[in-house]
Parts: sequence; structure tokens; C-alpha cells
Amino acid sequence: MKAVRILSRNIRDSFKSVFRNFSLSLASITCITITLVVVAFSIILSYNVNNFTTEIERDVTIVTFLNVDIDDEGRQTVLKEINKLDNIAKVEYESKMTIANEMMESSDVYKNIMSSWTEETSPLQDTYLVKVKDIERISETADQISKIEGVSTLKYGEGMVDKLVSVFDMIRKVSLVAVVALIIVTAFLIANTIKITIFSRRREIDIMRLVGASNINIKIPFVLEGLILGLLGSIIPIIITTYGYVAIYDKMDGQVFSSVIKLVEPTPFVYEISILLVIIGMIVGMFGSWRAVKKYLKI
Amino acid sequence: MNLIAIKGVSKRYPNGVNAIQNMNLTIEKGDFVFVIGSTGCGKSTLIKMLYREVKPTKGSINVGGIDVAKLRNSKVYKIRRKIGVVFQDFKLLQKSTVYENVAFALEVLGLPKDEIHRKVLKSLELVGLKHKAKNYPHELSGGEQQRVAIARAIVNGPKLLICDEPTGNLDEKTSMEIMGVIDQVNKLGTTIIMVTHDTKIVEKMQKRTILLDSGRILKDYAKGTYKNEGRKNTK
Ligand SMILES: Nc1ncnc2c1ncn2[C@@H]1O[C@H](COP(=O)(O)OP(=O)(O)O)[C@@H](O)[C@H]1O
Ligand SMILES: [Mg+2]
Repeated sequence: MKAVRILSRNIRDSFKSVFRNFSLSLASITCITITLVVVAFSIILSYNVNNFTTEIERDVTIVTFLNVDIDDEGRQTVLKEINKLDNIAKVEYESKMTIANEMMESSDVYKNIMSSWTEETSPLQDTYLVKVKDIERISETADQISKIEGVSTLKYGEGMVDKLVSVFDMIRKVSLVAVVALIIVTAFLIANTIKITIFSRRREIDIMRLVGASNINIKIPFVLEGLILGLLGSIIPIIITTYGYVAIYDKMDGQVFSSVIKLVEPTPFVYEISILLVIIGMIVGMFGSWRAVKKYLKI
Repeated sequence: MNLIAIKGVSKRYPNGVNAIQNMNLTIEKGDFVFVIGSTGCGKSTLIKMLYREVKPTKGSINVGGIDVAKLRNSKVYKIRRKIGVVFQDFKLLQKSTVYENVAFALEVLGLPKDEIHRKVLKSLELVGLKHKAKNYPHELSGGEQQRVAIARAIVNGPKLLICDEPTGNLDEKTSMEIMGVIDQVNKLGTTIIMVTHDTKIVEKMQKRTILLDSGRILKDYAKGTYKNEGRKNTK
């Protein structure tokens, strides 16, 4: 009961303080807003990039062409050798006749040309469709497969995939660094705001100490003030994120360039981000004010 | 019974000033004690040690059963709740009313609203300011502001009221009115320690009086024995 009374009094006072020093509070709130917008942007980017990567990974296949004159036994040996490699997720066999049939089904032009081909006359090659576990090691794995006896040639993203993946990786790392840097700057700015609040309330603090308010009781209003700044600062980023992302998603039809690269669906994604933004805002606000309280209250 | 027991206490500030030197002093419960002496003799340092604003360098200080000298920073509030303090400059919140100023002392302790209301009105009545509860400090005279400060200091029923030159900013007539209020508080059972320059007041009140000089007790006049020995106000 007593704790509730003290807390409710403190919450009231903290709100008052936020609005009493409004220009100062506004600076902090603006800073949190900017930070959180960038944080939101980074999260959305990272999440989507992550999504792209898994989608692409799922799609990338090393098409392993076997020698034209290979026999059943040779095919089995190649399969065994491939399966011995450690980065292999799945291997599927596609004979030259299957490929021809698929092609003929897809177009009449092919049908005219290919319908006369037989097992012996077909210029196509039998293939193994290999999927890897770790896309970043795909070139290494491809290299190993190409050395297997009976394998003629390989085909996969030809460097495109690795490049794309490493670009994605880079984007993630850069945005992470930017977010961390911005959060630190914001925490400092909040600490500064709280510092000025502390100085403007020096007399009040002195009296509180004099009449026997406990230290935690003296600190609470300032930490609460930081928390309120964080909360207020997260409002605009949440609105921007929620409406912005849904709009972009709808506009782009949920994909980038081609249907292979899909955007993360807005729900529940935007809600999760919103909650995350509120939490980050509050933590940064409290952390900043806690620093100021520790440094300038000296109790 | 002793409310305060000071044993072998010295205070040396970091700048090397020895403000209090090997002091021994006891003060009885319910007593009224003046502390006088020239500027810089250590009066404020002495009372600041009682409410643990300053920590002694040596010795022990017991106030109402609490060993103040050993009190950790985080526990200081415990002694503050037993002591009321009044200063020369009142230390009121200018943006709050008289009522709010007094209530503030109880709000920060988390007391229920009706209890706060009752105690604040009782306290304001004691200092004769109930009718100005809704006024702001700047609407009051110096004497009235000091009475608000006294009301705030005693609102939680402290065992000890410490006054550091409470009449320093007031004229003679107002000073005597304030002394009347403090005496009234004393008669209701609160122990008083009052630092002052004003020997006229001390002579008139005839209470136990401790004369300090360079951080030492030069004289300890028992109740009713103080006489201004040809010295002017020690200002
Ligand atoms: N915080 C402080 N730091 C250093 N010296 C101090 C401090 N406070 C008081 N002093 C010194 O200690 C001595 C006693 O001061 P004080 O107790 O305030 O005397 P009084 O109240 O009798 O005028 C003075 O010489 C003063 O300069
Ligand atoms: Mg002094």
C-alpha cells in the first residue's frame, strides 16, 4: 500500500517533470525517436535479409552432370562419394529421360525436337541435384564434387549466390553497428536531460533527504522520467514501422525483384517489432537516467 | 536519560580544517540547548554530524539509540526520520503552497492521505499558520516562512529538532515570536538544539548553553546560568 502510494506520487511527479522541462524533454524524445526509427529499419532489413538468405539457400542447387557414358554402377559410386561430403543436405537423381520428358511437357517446340531421342541418342546428361546445408561453403563443396570420378560438369549460382549472401551479411553487420552506436548516443543524451532535471530539482532533493526519504525513493522519479521519455519516444517509430511496412509490403506485393526473394509477412512481424521498440525505448531511457542519477545524486 | 551522546568526536574536513576536536557531550531527552560561538568555530559541523550530513573522522555519536557515526549512506534516512531540521534560509519549495510544503515531508514517506491531512493541519495549527495553508511562500513574511519550515520539521513528530540560526534572517520582534514557537515545541516534549549568533535571545531564554571555540567546548552553561559576559553578539 505504502509502496503504491509512493510509486503513484512518483509517476505523477515524473510526468510533471517531463512537461515542465518540455523543450529539453523534447530533445531527448526526438533523439529516441530517431534512434528507434533506425533500429526499426535495421531490424526490418535484417529480418528480411535473413529471410532472403534462407529462401535462396533452399533454392540453390548444385546441378551435377554425369559423364555421358556412365553406367548404373558408376552412378551409385558417384552418389556414395557425394554423400560422404559433410555439407550435403539432399541429393536427388534426375535421369536424362526424365529431363527430356519434363522439357517436352513444358513446350511443343521441345516436343517436336526431342520426341525422337532415345536413351542412346540423347545428348542430355544424367544429373544429381545436390542441396547443401551451409550456403557459404557452396563453392568448396562444388569443388569437391567436381573432382569425383564420373562427374563431368557442375552448375550452380556461379558466384552470384555467394556474393549475394555476403552482401546480405554485410548489410546485417553494418546495421547492427549503426544501431548500437545510436543507442549509446541516445543514452548519453537522456543522461544529460536527467542531469538537468536533477539540478533543477536540487532543493526538492535536499529536502527529501532531510525529511528521511530513502535513497531508492529519491532515485525512482528520475529513473521513471527516463522511462517515460523512452515510452514517448517510441510512439512515432511504432506508427512509422507499422503503417510503413504494411504499405511497402502491399506495394511490392510481398516480394523483391522476383518471387524467389520474399518479404516477411507484416503480421505478426510489425507487432513484434513494435513491442521490441517500446522495450528498447524504455530500457535506453532508464539506463540513461540511471547513469545520471548515479553520477549526480551521489547517494 | 540521554538522547544524544557524543564521545571523543573529531571532524577534520578534507581540506585540513579541524572543525571539531575531541568533543564529549551528552544532551538529555526533552532538553533545550543553545550552541553559540563565533563564526567558523564548528557549530554547524557539530549539528550536521547529528543528522549525519557530515561523518565524524573519529569518535562515536549516538542519537536516540542509533550510532550515527557508523551509519551507512544508504541508511541515513533512518536517523533523518527521527530528527527535524530548520535552517536560516527556510528551504521551502517556492512553487508549492504552505500545506503542500508541510505535506511533502510525509508524502515522501508514503503516508496515507488522510493521515497526512490530519498531521499537517495539526502542525500548522501549532505554529499558528493554519489560515495560510493555501498561500505560497512568497506571499508570506520571513517569520511566517520560518514557521512553515518549523511545521514541516515537526510534522512527523521527531524526537529532536535541530535549528541552525533560525532567526538569522529575522528582526528582533519576529525572532522572539519564532523562539516562542520553538519553546512551545519543546514543551510538547521535543528535544531542541539551536545554533545561534544572537546572545540576546540566549540571555532571554535562559536554557542550557554550550559555547564553542575552535571546535572545542569552551563553556557549558547549565540552565538559568547564562550571562552575556560583556561580549556583543558574536557575529
Ligand atoms: N564542507 C566543508 N569543507 C571544508 N571545510 C569546511 C566545510 N564546512 C565547514 N568548514 C570549515 O570548518 C570550520 C567550521 O565551520 P562551521 O561548522 O560551518 O562553523 P560555524 O557554523 O560555527 O560558523 C570553518 O573553518 C569552516 O571553514
Ligand atoms: Mg554555521
